[in-house]
Amino acid sequence: MNRYERFVDQWLPIIWKAVLETFQMVGISLLFAVVIGIALGILVVLTRPGQALANKFVYQIINLIINIVRSVPFIILLFFILPFTKAIVDTTIGVRGAIVPLVVYTAPYIARLIESALLEVDAGVVEAYTAMGVKTRKIIWNVILREARPSIILGLTIATVSLIGATAMAGMVGAGGLGDLAYRFGYLRYEVDVMYATVFLLIVIVQIIQSFGNRLAAKLKKD
Amino acid sequence: MIKLEHVTKKFEVNKKTITAVNDVNIDVKKGEIHGVIGYSGAGKSTLIRCVNLLEKPTEGDIYINNQKITDLSPNNLRTVRTKIGMIFQGFNLLKTATVYDNIALPLKLLGFDKKEVKKRVEKYLKIVNLEDKANNYPAQLSGGQKQRVAIARALSQEPEVLLSDEATSALDPETTESILDLLLKINKEFGITILLITHEMNVIQKVCDYVYVLESGQIVEQGSTIDLFTSPQQPTTKKFLSTISQRNLSNSLIEQLNVTGSVTRLTFVGESTGKPALAEVSKLFNVTPNILTANIIELKNGVVGNIVIHLNGNSQDVNKALQYLEEQGVHTEQLRGEN
Repeated sequence: MNRYERFVDQWLPIIWKAVLETFQMVGISLLFAVVIGIALGILVVLTRPGQALANKFVYQIINLIINIVRSVPFIILLFFILPFTKAIVDTTIGVRGAIVPLVVYTAPYIARLIESALLEVDAGVVEAYTAMGVKTRKIIWNVILREARPSIILGLTIATVSLIGATAMAGMVGAGGLGDLAYRFGYLRYEVDVMYATVFLLIVIVQIIQSFGNRLAAKLKKD
Repeated sequence: MIKLEHVTKKFEVNKKTITAVNDVNIDVKKGEIHGVIGYSGAGKSTLIRCVNLLEKPTEGDIYINNQKITDLSPNNLRTVRTKIGMIFQGFNLLKTATVYDNIALPLKLLGFDKKEVKKRVEKYLKIVNLEDKANNYPAQLSGGQKQRVAIARALSQEPEVLLSDEATSALDPETTESILDLLLKINKEFGITILLITHEMNVIQKVCDYVYVLESGQIVEQGSTIDLFTSPQQPTTKKFLSTISQRNLSNSLIEQLNVTGSVTRLTFVGESTGKPALAEVSKLFNVTPNILTANIIELKNGVVGNIVIHLNGNSQDVNKALQYLEEQGVHTEQLRGEN
């Protein structure tokens, strides 16, 4: 057996498990974060002064919450909200325990990205549809969100990549994943090959996600 | 059909009140095309956006088809708005939708069924001459074609009234002509009443029955297009007119031409345009006219001609000649000493 075969034999099952854990964490938390983030993003745009549902109070509250959460680094947020995590999923460890802080961390980020994507939409188009007598609710769904789709896709791509970065730290609560693998085996145990392999895998995964996002956005964008 | 009564719009900017539109009255009868002309910053855009309440007027009322719309509930206002088409300088099309979908989407959102949507999209694409572009995206179209799509979109709701917010200002002269022809066509064929705003005098010249001159939010002069072109009163109106026809000679030019005696502008309108009045003058009186500049403008409802002449002769004969011209229906104005 050469070095390569030995490495595959010894590490492939472990790396594969870590990849699955990473995908699991990213997938589940992305799902929740997107739902919450898009809702928050739409709300923060609509309650802006001068917009359809202008409400200074709601606008400033949401803004404040987003800013507070966004200013806490993930590694600190992870421990800071332990009681909240416990209350929601009844555990603070493992993949389940990691998902709550990952969502809390990513949702406000997505909200900001959605906000900027929605604000990019030409106000003139919204005005044209208002002038045609179309209901505000329909304008939000069929005009604003539709026109913002390319920017939203790009934003979600960025959010996904940063979410993958955050899952590396989820190893701290025993959630596993590629980042955890690289840290525990590659760094603490001097298994350099494992470190290289995980870093390589992360690069490939991020590349694939980014290219997919870019391509989808370009396809939706028609100018 | 479109009636504005004492409409005023004020904005609060940095705790200062700015009056963008000041006590404006407009009355467009069914089937007519009226134009508001003014420089940028005069309040034109705010004014036209008040008509369909995109801006809510601070004071005054707006009537569409004799219905007062300034105090309608949001629901009823939406219903009224479906009967008021609007086109914009920036076209305001969806970038992510094809030409077909740009026209179809509003209809779908307003609750028309699929068959009706398809029927209308096809009908109005044909009217604006863009059937072959149905599957193109706006980015693949020229400015004029985009405006045609916007016009088809407005028409597809079969409005009674069309508002045009500088619809030709972003277009080159030739394209402007073709869009104006299209506006005239839909005005004639569908009897759609049009209120437009512009800063271009040739738009007024080509399509408008009646003109309002807006300055600092106020209408400083108004009248039928012919009247305004024949005898403008306000400096702003005169300035706008001189953008499309030479009505004056500057003092320095008169000096250079080395003419002595009176320099007069003759304005011919309607029937008098066709008469050889100037030739008769030299026969009847002891004067010899020398034409310094001349032009003729075709308006929607008539023709206006301007001739700037220098009349040689003694002042008595000159006065008699001018009087005769006035009697023939020619409007005369002494230019010497004027800029």
